[in-house]
Amino acid sequence: MSLWVVLAVNSVTLGGLLFLLSAGFSLIFGLMKIPNLTHGSFFMLGAYFATSLIARGFNFWAAAVVGGLLVAAFGGVIERFILRRLPGAELAQVLVTLGLSFMVADVCLMVWTGDPIRIDTPAGLRGATSMLGMGFPTYRLAISLIAVIFAAALWALLDRTRLGAMIRAGVDDPAMARVVGIRVSRLFTIVFCLGAWLAGFAGVIGGPILSVYPGLDQEMLPLALVVVILGGSGSLLGSLVGSFVVGFLYNFGQAMFPELAYVVLFLPMLIVLVVRPQGLFGRPAL
Amino acid sequence: MAALAILAAVPFWVSGTFYVNIASQILFYAILALGVNVLAGHAGLVTLGHAGLFGIAAYAAAKIMNAGYGHVTVATGALAVTLVAAAVFAVLALRGTGLGFVMITVALGQIVWGVAYRWISLTNGDNGISITGRPSPLGLSLTTPARFYWATLIVFVMAVISMAIFVASPFGASVRGTRDQPRRMNALGYHVWMIRFLAFLFSAFWSGVAGLLYLYYNQFVSPQAVALTASAEALLMVIAGGSATLLGPIAGAGLVVVIKNVASGYIERWNFVLGAIFVAIVVFMPEGLVPGAVRLARRVRGR
Repeated sequence: MSLWVVLAVNSVTLGGLLFLLSAGFSLIFGLMKIPNLTHGSFFMLGAYFATSLIARGFNFWAAAVVGGLLVAAFGGVIERFILRRLPGAELAQVLVTLGLSFMVADVCLMVWTGDPIRIDTPAGLRGATSMLGMGFPTYRLAISLIAVIFAAALWALLDRTRLGAMIRAGVDDPAMARVVGIRVSRLFTIVFCLGAWLAGFAGVIGGPILSVYPGLDQEMLPLALVVVILGGSGSLLGSLVGSFVVGFLYNFGQAMFPELAYVVLFLPMLIVLVVRPQGLFGRPAL
Repeated sequence: MAALAILAAVPFWVSGTFYVNIASQILFYAILALGVNVLAGHAGLVTLGHAGLFGIAAYAAAKIMNAGYGHVTVATGALAVTLVAAAVFAVLALRGTGLGFVMITVALGQIVWGVAYRWISLTNGDNGISITGRPSPLGLSLTTPARFYWATLIVFVMAVISMAIFVASPFGASVRGTRDQPRRMNALGYHVWMIRFLAFLFSAFWSGVAGLLYLYYNQFVSPQAVALTASAEALLMVIAGGSATLLGPIAGAGLVVVIKNVASGYIERWNFVLGAIFVAIVVFMPEGLVPGAVRLARRVRGR
């Protein structure tokens, strides 16, 4: 199998993971106007929780779901007890979420030590699947499939359900949404927990590829930022497109300019900022 | 003047070079914090990428010095590189205001970090760059802690004076105007973007000066200096002390450097303490220590 196909598969996989991570980030940012700098920590925490759950005999998928739920519960606590007290205070929110991310990183270092921990690929998805005369790593295909399923499910949730309509109303005009009787503050909690769950879940299913190590949070957070700046905040389609663009750039950049891969990643973001500051699929700020 | 006399005498009344060195660190971090305060405090543009500019100055100075140039060239060259980088940063970051600005500065800061960490042929990666010796302006050697302290103090005083002039000047007033009423400023005929751009450069200049002093102090620079944590520390100094005040960032720098040096003597989890301080300050003392203390003093006096 040629190098390019391998790179392309890896890019799609990373894109899928990034979508799970950044969809929540984008929704939180779009609806609540909170730049959640703990999002990378959610990703890392999910993965660490799962390693402990798996060590206690959980199966991989159960650990992914439960690990995500633990992260969602943690996110819910942050939202209700800290962020709720700081409505509209952007600076305060930035500082609190950043401060929390430092605390989480240090606690993780204490509990799970500094050594990278690998999550085993679930049985049944090991090895390769042959398609079109080529062998693809099965687990990476599975991640791509999961991302597509989640994208469809999130789209259906936002576009087809009553809850989704309420969330969209909250994104567009929170004051008016409150007037027509939508409990926007409850929506905030729901969206924040959902975003946290998605990030935690992504951390677990990314585990067999990325492993878990200190600093994973600081590595994923800028990627999520780039995706959201690229795609436009609050836009699901923007997150999807942005994630795959970043996934491809990261893998191809690393193969072609290994010393500059991290910089290559930010180039499209800079171009988008100059040409279309609201992001590819975002709406201009009022 | 009394405060200045006390500051100048620090090497005489504190015992041991350790404390003189901490005093030097406080001064150059205070210069960085004053620079960040121009944007985060006066212009209302919260930046989380200033460690990038601080680091660019330090790296540029180290590169120029190791290429064999004298200290005057090093200082002017490094500050010129920093200002050019800051102009590029400003053009990009000022595409957004508020949260957009924050996110873009985080991303820009991470780019600098990525270059420092991964572009090994330029920056020597994780190993960092060392320089051989501090400068000797006018033939005065700065090798002893006390002499370096006095040199830093002179630069610090210049920074404070420039800040005082900035705050009192029409330009300072227009910067605060763009923070509080950007639309009205625009309607009054002010070029809001240009005011913010110049404030960004002014802020970057002092951050670059601080980066230069940092390099001379440590005689070494590594990616750690440009990490997101470093930007966050700089912002914490401003917020902790009280943003948009003159004394606040200085007090904040003192607080952070002292806690960092003292706390790291007892616990290794400095990051946890930093995070906890962030959360505590935001939740309990949102306006910062200096205005908080002033309010407290007024209340006590009023009784």
